[in-house]
Amino acid sequence: MQPFHYSRPSSLGDALMQWQGSVANSSDTTSAAFLAGGTTLVDLMKLEVIQPQRIIDLRALSATYEAIRVDDSSLRLGAFAKMADVAGHRDVLNNFPVIAQSLSLAASAQLRNMATLGGNVLQKTRCAYYRDPSWEACNKRAPGSGCAALEGANRQHAILGTSEHCIATYHGDFGQALIALDASVVLSGPNGVRAIPFASLHRQPANTPHTETNLQLGEIITEFIVPILPWARRSLYLKIRDRQSYEFAVASAAVAMELEGGIVRDVRIALGGVATAPWRAREAEDRLRGHTIDEARAAEAAHIAFVNAVPQSHNAFKVPLGQSTLVRALLDVASMEVSNG
Amino acid sequence: MDDDRIKNKPVSEGRRRFLIGSAHTGAAALLLGGGGGVATAKAGTASTSEQVQPDIRATIPTELNVNGMSHRADLDSRMTLLDALREKFGLTGAKKGCDHGQCGACTVLIDGRRELSCLTLSVAAQGREVVTIEGLAENDGRLHPMQQAFIDHDALQCGYCTPGQILSAVSCVREGHAGSSEEIREYMSGNICRCAAYTNIVAAVAQVSQQMGE
Repeated sequence: MQPFHYSRPSSLGDALMQWQGSVANSSDTTSAAFLAGGTTLVDLMKLEVIQPQRIIDLRALSATYEAIRVDDSSLRLGAFAKMADVAGHRDVLNNFPVIAQSLSLAASAQLRNMATLGGNVLQKTRCAYYRDPSWEACNKRAPGSGCAALEGANRQHAILGTSEHCIATYHGDFGQALIALDASVVLSGPNGVRAIPFASLHRQPANTPHTETNLQLGEIITEFIVPILPWARRSLYLKIRDRQSYEFAVASAAVAMELEGGIVRDVRIALGGVATAPWRAREAEDRLRGHTIDEARAAEAAHIAFVNAVPQSHNAFKVPLGQSTLVRALLDVASMEVSNG
Repeated sequence: MDDDRIKNKPVSEGRRRFLIGSAHTGAAALLLGGGGGVATAKAGTASTSEQVQPDIRATIPTELNVNGMSHRADLDSRMTLLDALREKFGLTGAKKGCDHGQCGACTVLIDGRRELSCLTLSVAAQGREVVTIEGLAENDGRLHPMQQAFIDHDALQCGYCTPGQILSAVSCVREGHAGSSEEIREYMSGNICRCAAYTNIVAAVAQVSQQMGE
């Protein structure tokens, strides 16, 4: 780990001022980093993948931005809420099962106690070539250097949203749940406060894999807003992985469905473990709306979801696995018993 | 580095206090690469204030609450809680397995919840209450029920992962996630055991869970 200055500002305003102060004297905007739970940042600093000269510890903001609240129209999740607390929250368990499941199936109990929601959605890929700086070629870590995964061990890598510059998978789970529930995210930064759809937070790699989000410089996620929509209760997260627990998804699906008299009124599908960012399968959704759901129709939708997949040398299996995962998720969500109370 | 480490011997209470005392001397920061002087920040300067320290290698006067006692040391900002416990305070119960948050050997309780000390910066742990395996037994030496259960069920082989397993297990029961063998396995999955003592670990957790009337 490289040396760094440490500070713990007492408020959001102080944190933003400190960030601006530290990058003002530097041409490198990555010279300062915000610390929340630390489960990604400290790990990558030890690996010297990320080497900030200044760490701005946001712990003091937790008290202000960790509440879990339900009002008339939405579930509001403070970005500093810990994964474990949201996963075990009664309202979340009862009314937003896909959120509870995406969180409780992630990482380990210890990590869920540490990691914040905001940090979770900003977690870095687990691509082994990104995480090991002894590999020269990684466009995410060293823009313009190439991508070692293209010719390397790419079984874990993405098949949707890739480019010739990067095929790293987005490994998070919670992000898919937020896509499935049409959530938005509240950002505070040097230019003020704004809210954007969560679906537009992440970017696909294209030819700038090192730019992973649409966050403006110095912006901090303060809150997630999940609207209470008819399909939130009939929702689930299905995570398929190489071992049963404490492992990243090889393929996953977050599905939320509004079902009326056996007809799909509306549906949201987000895929994980197979894409470069939290991935919404819109065309697959379109295939289901207005129809009854059975295995054949679910399989049609799943086929459409992966029709543009670009498998690499070691991960062609992700196409049928991803399709099967989605079929099972759709059939399971359709058979859920959901009360309207 | 502290040169008064004890190998292969239990640390007596008196000895432990001495070790803790020695931490007050504040070892110099570890220097990586080229030389350069070590500027130790003056005692009493708040590490959390807005001041920008002139030297990025300056140590930070740090106060940590571990097992109900205050520990002070001038620490490098990079030093993890795990390294501070082991290298500065003589509390070698928490183990360094992977050092990347993947194995659970370094699990401690922070503010009553199980967390990973290898991914926690010492300076960031100030103001929080840390409990390690050394702080789990009663003052009169009586073992915590979970420690006793691990003995009763032979829930360890080499013992390296055991402190982390026990602290994780205590939390697992406290959290209410020890209702069945399946649930115990899921909520203990963050603690890897290379000897694969899992069957007996699950039995130990289940016993304590029943004792505590879950």
